[in-house]
Amino acid sequence: MLFRTLAKPDFKALVERILASTEVIGPKRVGTDRHGRPIHHYLPVESFDEIDLDYETTEFSAKTYFLPYKENLCSYRFQDDDWRQEIRYRIQPRAIIGLHACDIHALIKLDKALARDFFPSPYYISRRKNTFVVGIDHDPCEGGFCRSLGTDTATHGFDLFLTDLGERYFVAIGSDRGFRALSGLPAAEITEQDTEDYLRVRKRIAAGFKTEINVQNLPNLLDIEFESPVWEKWGGKCLSCGSCAMVCPTCYCYGVSERVSMDFASGAKTKQLYSCNLIDFAVVAGGHNFRPNRQTRLKYRYYHQHRGFMEAYDEPKCVGCNRCGRTCLAGINPVEVIRDLQAEDET
Amino acid sequence: MKYLGIEPKRLRFAVFEFTGCEGCELQLANKEETLLAFLGAVDVVEFREVSSARNGAYDVALVDGAISRTDEVERLREIRARAKVLVALGSCACFGGVNRMKNACDLDQANREVYGDHPKETLPTRAIHEVVPVDLKIPGCPVSKAEVERIVQHLLFEVPYQFPVYPVCLECKQHFTVCLFDKGQLCLGPITRGGCDAPCPAGGLGCWGCRGKAADANIDEFRSIARERAHGEREIAERLGFFGGFEEHS
Repeated sequence: MLFRTLAKPDFKALVERILASTEVIGPKRVGTDRHGRPIHHYLPVESFDEIDLDYETTEFSAKTYFLPYKENLCSYRFQDDDWRQEIRYRIQPRAIIGLHACDIHALIKLDKALARDFFPSPYYISRRKNTFVVGIDHDPCEGGFCRSLGTDTATHGFDLFLTDLGERYFVAIGSDRGFRALSGLPAAEITEQDTEDYLRVRKRIAAGFKTEINVQNLPNLLDIEFESPVWEKWGGKCLSCGSCAMVCPTCYCYGVSERVSMDFASGAKTKQLYSCNLIDFAVVAGGHNFRPNRQTRLKYRYYHQHRGFMEAYDEPKCVGCNRCGRTCLAGINPVEVIRDLQAEDET
Repeated sequence: MKYLGIEPKRLRFAVFEFTGCEGCELQLANKEETLLAFLGAVDVVEFREVSSARNGAYDVALVDGAISRTDEVERLREIRARAKVLVALGSCACFGGVNRMKNACDLDQANREVYGDHPKETLPTRAIHEVVPVDLKIPGCPVSKAEVERIVQHLLFEVPYQFPVYPVCLECKQHFTVCLFDKGQLCLGPITRGGCDAPCPAGGLGCWGCRGKAADANIDEFRSIARERAHGEREIAERLGFFGGFEEHS
C-alpha cells in the first residue's frame, strides 16, 4: 500500500476536478429525524460543499449505485416472426466519495458473489469497475458493530481511503487509478509524524466501539438453534416489509419480471431487488411457498448473513453497519437476535 | 395486432360507474404516452365518461365505485349477467372506499346530514364482490393505469401478470424516502399492499391504505408500533377505516 498526505483544500480540489467530468455521489444531509438527529443519504452532488464528510451513518447503503433497486436487464423488439434483443450495461464513470470502511467491505463481499463466482454479473461488474471509490475513516456510529465483524478498517476494495488528521488527510492509495487521481496535486510522502498521527487516530476510533456481538462459532450455533423459540419471538414481530434487505449494503437477492409494451411491439426484462422476508420470496411454480411463516423467513435472512455466505465465501455477509436494526420499525436488530440465540445456547 | 404471432382474443370492453368520484375512469383516459396503443388494443363499446354510445353486448366489464343504493344492486347484477369477466376497478369497487365510512354511522342520521329535508334511499356501502362475484380486482385510489394495462394484456393474450403483495415500505426504501414514522407521522405503509411506487410518503404524506392489506400484513405488530410512537387508538382506527381495505381491523 502506498500512503500520502493531502491538505484538506487539496482534497476539495481533487473532488472538484472529478466533478468537472464525472457524476459524484456523496453523503448529503437531507433532514432531521424526530429525535433531532441528522439524516444522511448517498446522493448525487453538484459541488464539494454539498458533501458532509462528518456524517455518522446513512439511512440507506450506497448499494443502489452498484445494484440498482430496479434495473433493465434487456429489451426486446418484435418484428414479423422475429425479435431482437438489446442489452446495455452502465459504463458511464461515477465517483463515490466518503464511504465508510463497512461499506467498502460490503463491496468486497459483493465482488465475491457477483464479480468472481460461477456466474459473474456483467451488470454489476460494469458499474463496479467504472466507479471510483474514496473511503473515509470515522468514529464508531451508534449501534454499529463492524468491529466484531472485522470491517471497521479497510485495506483494499477502494481507490483512495482517507483518515482525518485535522488539517490534512492520511491517504491510502488502493489502485493505480487512485494513484493517478492524485497527480498534479501536492500530495506529500508520509513522514514519521504522519504515521504516528494516523495510528493515534486509528487507536481512538478502535477504542470508541461500544456495541459488540460474538460471531465466533455462529454458523454452528445457528444450526444448533434451528428450532429455537428465539425465531418465534423475533419473527412474530416481523412486518415482512423487506426494509432490512433494502438498506443492507450486501443483500443482493432479486426478482425478475417481464413486461410487454401496450402496443405489443416490444418488451423488457426488469430486475428488482427483493427480500427473503417478503411473503412470496420462496413461492415456486405451482404456487407452493417454502417459507410461508414470518419466523422462518426472518431466520433464513440470518442464515444467509452468518452461515450460508460464510460457507460459500469464508466470511459472513453482514458488515455490522446496523442499518437493518435502525430501519426496522419493529426493532428487530442483529445484536439482540444473536445475543438471544447465544443466551438460548447457554441455558 | 398480433403478439408473438398470436391473435388477441376478440373482447369488447365496457366501463361502468357506481358510487364514487369517477376518478378511476379518468385514469383510463390518462397516461398519454400509451393511450393510443391502449385504445388500439381495447374495443370499448360503452363508457359514459368518454362516449355517449350504449351497447349491451360486451365481454369485459370494468366496474368503478361502490354499491350504496337498491337500483345500483339491480344494475350491477345485470352487468354481471352479461359480462364474461368482471373487473373491480379502484378502492371503492374493491373495498367500498371512503364511502364505507358511512357504515360506521347511523344511516338515517348520515342521510339527514348530507341531504337535509330531502333524504335519499340509501343502503350500507358494499364493495362489488359483496354483491356479485368478481373475477379480477385492481385496488388503488385512483387505480393505476399501468395495472389496468397489464390486466388488459392478460385478458387479450393471457400475458401473465402479478401485482406486488409486499408492503409499501419496500418501494419507499427503493426511492430513498425517509420513513414517515421517523418524522413522527402515522403511515399504513408497513401493512398496505405496494405496487403504487409509494408516491404519498415520497410527498410527505403517510400512507392511508388505498390499496388494501398486504399479504401477511402483521396488523398486531403495526398497532403496537403506532402506539409506541404515541399515535392514539382513535387515530389508528380512523386511518385503518378510511378506504375500507382493513375493515375487519378498524
